[in-house]
Amino acid sequence: MSLPSNVTHGDEVRSPKLGLAGWVRWIWGQLTSMRTALLLLLLLAVAAIPGSLLPQRSSDPNGVTNYFQQNPTSAPTLDKFQLFDVYTSSWFSAIYLLLFISLIGCVFPRVRHHWDALRSQPIETPRSLKRFPAYLAKASKQAGSLELIAEQLRARRFRVRTTPTSVSAEKGYLRETGNLLFHISLIGVLVSVGIGGATSFSGQRVLVEGETFVNNLAGYDSFSPGVWFDAKTLVPFSVKLNKFQATFDLRNKTNIGTPLDFQAFVSVRNKVSSQTSNSTIRVNYPLEAPGANIYLTGNGYAPVLTFRDKDGNVSFSGAVIYMPQDANYTSLGVIKLPDAKPKQFGVLSFFYPTKAQLKTGAFTSGYPAPVDPLVSMNVYVGDLGLDNGIPSNVFSLAVHGLKQVAGGKSGTKALTLELGQTVQLPQDLGSVSWDGLKRYASLDIDYNPMQVWVFIFAMLAFAGLITSLLTPRRRVFARKTETGFELAGMAKSDDPRLQGILEELVLGLKVRKK
Amino acid sequence: MKDVLLNPGLDRYALYVIFAAMASYTIAFLVFVWHLSRLSSKSKKLQKTAVSLERAGLIILIVSVLLHGSGVVMRGIAAARVPWANMYEFSITGSFMIVAIFLCAWFVKEIRVIAVLVTAFALLVLGSATTLFYVQVKTLMPALQSYWLVIHVTVAVLATAFFNIAAALAVAYLLRNWTWLNKSKAPGIQLIKRVLSVFPESKKIESLSHRFNVIGFILWSFTLVAGAIWAERAWHRFWGWDTKEVWTFIIWTIYAGYLHATATRGWTGARAAWLSLVGFAAVLFNFTIVNLFFKGLHVYSGLK
Ligand code: HEM
Repeated sequence: MSLPSNVTHGDEVRSPKLGLAGWVRWIWGQLTSMRTALLLLLLLAVAAIPGSLLPQRSSDPNGVTNYFQQNPTSAPTLDKFQLFDVYTSSWFSAIYLLLFISLIGCVFPRVRHHWDALRSQPIETPRSLKRFPAYLAKASKQAGSLELIAEQLRARRFRVRTTPTSVSAEKGYLRETGNLLFHISLIGVLVSVGIGGATSFSGQRVLVEGETFVNNLAGYDSFSPGVWFDAKTLVPFSVKLNKFQATFDLRNKTNIGTPLDFQAFVSVRNKVSSQTSNSTIRVNYPLEAPGANIYLTGNGYAPVLTFRDKDGNVSFSGAVIYMPQDANYTSLGVIKLPDAKPKQFGVLSFFYPTKAQLKTGAFTSGYPAPVDPLVSMNVYVGDLGLDNGIPSNVFSLAVHGLKQVAGGKSGTKALTLELGQTVQLPQDLGSVSWDGLKRYASLDIDYNPMQVWVFIFAMLAFAGLITSLLTPRRRVFARKTETGFELAGMAKSDDPRLQGILEELVLGLKVRKK
Repeated sequence: MKDVLLNPGLDRYALYVIFAAMASYTIAFLVFVWHLSRLSSKSKKLQKTAVSLERAGLIILIVSVLLHGSGVVMRGIAAARVPWANMYEFSITGSFMIVAIFLCAWFVKEIRVIAVLVTAFALLVLGSATTLFYVQVKTLMPALQSYWLVIHVTVAVLATAFFNIAAALAVAYLLRNWTWLNKSKAPGIQLIKRVLSVFPESKKIESLSHRFNVIGFILWSFTLVAGAIWAERAWHRFWGWDTKEVWTFIIWTIYAGYLHATATRGWTGARAAWLSLVGFAAVLFNFTIVNLFFKGLHVYSGLK
């Protein structure tokens, strides 16, 4: 930096004082510069990477739990840096917020500037044209060539400014318009996403055939609302799962058992109008209910089981949800009977839609549809831990502390049941019968009131982007010279057509002469 | 979905056709290398033969791409659907697009120097596809049964093709402007320098590369938006930072950075060319490593 003349060398070199306002202006200038925008964009790209390497709480909570179990020392440290919540972390947010502040600071002055440019004439023709990216000098005695050039440029939809000795023309203002539309729409996307996150909700519900979901908080198995969500806005409707149908490939040898289609046949009842309509939910084709979209996210089997004590009193009866463990729907179910007499017990059970036996004698499933179904059960007695008030997962059984009385190393074989069978439980626990087989559908019920705005802004951004990137912005200048005239052209970004346009303008003159 | 009938027999022939295309690409590659060496030769007479070599290379390349395209179409017929539902299929379709788009741009004289790179890349992709990624024809899983499969994936593959050509041009640009290489006096380097001297002017390469990236970026933006719309239908939210979504976003941001760079003083030229390469590296990473090794909802490689 060259020093101002009033600063003398010697005792100390001082930079000129900026003052607070000066500093603020300087920082603002830096923040809204193109280079900062570029660096922040690249930084954002880098900052997004760790979220794809480590499991994230938002998309994969089980993965995070597993990671903590497998890396007990490093996980808490990583967690301190919010590496399991990258996309809501303070550092990731800081980067994109800075980027958007920069964007706002950058775009609004440009809007004003562009507004002015749209209403003013092209700039004056520069004195020297020789150094422009496109240039052409022509010796010509033809009178009025400049006027003819200006006329041609107007016909090509250039905005033209003329003096007796020069022409200045510009076109492609749409480029900047599109660019501004693009950048402003990005702000719209961000704001809509932000508000949407706060006002939306997402809930889950597993429905067995014949069951009905009612859209209120109690109807959900799990429910995660945004911070501004108001449960009163849930629209009253109900959905009954009449039938669930899964189709698997039986025809193509290389493809046997691959799912071809899942269909949930439902009746939707609107509580306000009391109208009922039938509908089908499929993967990729959610049901659009008022104020909620209902998606099919999973499915499985729910055998209907009845447990009786040795006197024949029913201790449990109903459809039990079994979780599929593999592509052929070998499924795991858990039944807890805390009120069974004479003692409480739990059952870890497997369901095989088409039973097959491995060499080890263990069962497996050979095909995902219920061609030859079988249920097997391991029985555990002991305190199930349901009485102490600690909520426990209904889909798992904590077997340590329990005594296994059927299956495994208990000495008694695991119970096996065919559909319709009743078998005796060991140790006078009574009997179990398998009365029927139902299917269930896992549904996701979501609503984001801002989604339509995100879409609109994304479309506007896309339209702006295309307009901007594909509209060439060109300036053409012409000036009288002693021997004739010269033409020059420049463009906003490089433009292969530029020289060609100048040549066409000259050709246009010849055509006129004839 | 209706009951579909797969045709594994036809798929076998499709694979043979792809092998034939690979053989043909290999010949095209060798002819283009030969062409470059002729072009940079000192003897005027040898230089003259370069023109006919270039024409021969073009013809062989057209034959290759026709074979390649037939292989892709046959695979589609054998699977009774669009041939881009697993990694093998993405690879054969994607590399076909790259060569096809490159051929469409053949009339731009300056682009022809990257024929060697494009042919080699197509060969490499087909090589990995047939050896590492090959799977038999399968029906579509329900999550993929949507017209968005056609729209979203076609555009993504097209975008990749444009980014690929832009990256090849960026390599040409960087080689041409490599000061160390240009200053070196080592004898082996002389040959390389002579080859580089027949490359078009750097300004021209730079602007071509920029134009391919611009189209690629538009297509990628569309891919991202279309992906979000599909995700809303298939996964009940339009954006959830799934690994594939993360990488789509990363790629988009890098290329947005690239576009800013080309308009920022001090960032055009070599720096922008490097950014273009970083962007394409992310595209490749997204396609290979993320597909094969990362956990997420997009588990469509079809490989176990
Ligand atoms: C959210 C962050 C941003 C994104 C994703 C983004 C993206 C883009 C894209 C894709 C383009 C090329 C398309 C077009 O010309 O319309 C572009 C151009 C441009 N951006 Fe941004 N931008 C961002 C922030 C900014 C900021 C903060 C500034 C101001 C410093 C800025 C200034 C510009 C300018 C001046 C151009 C035109 C470049 C040219 O003349 O070709 N952008 N931006």
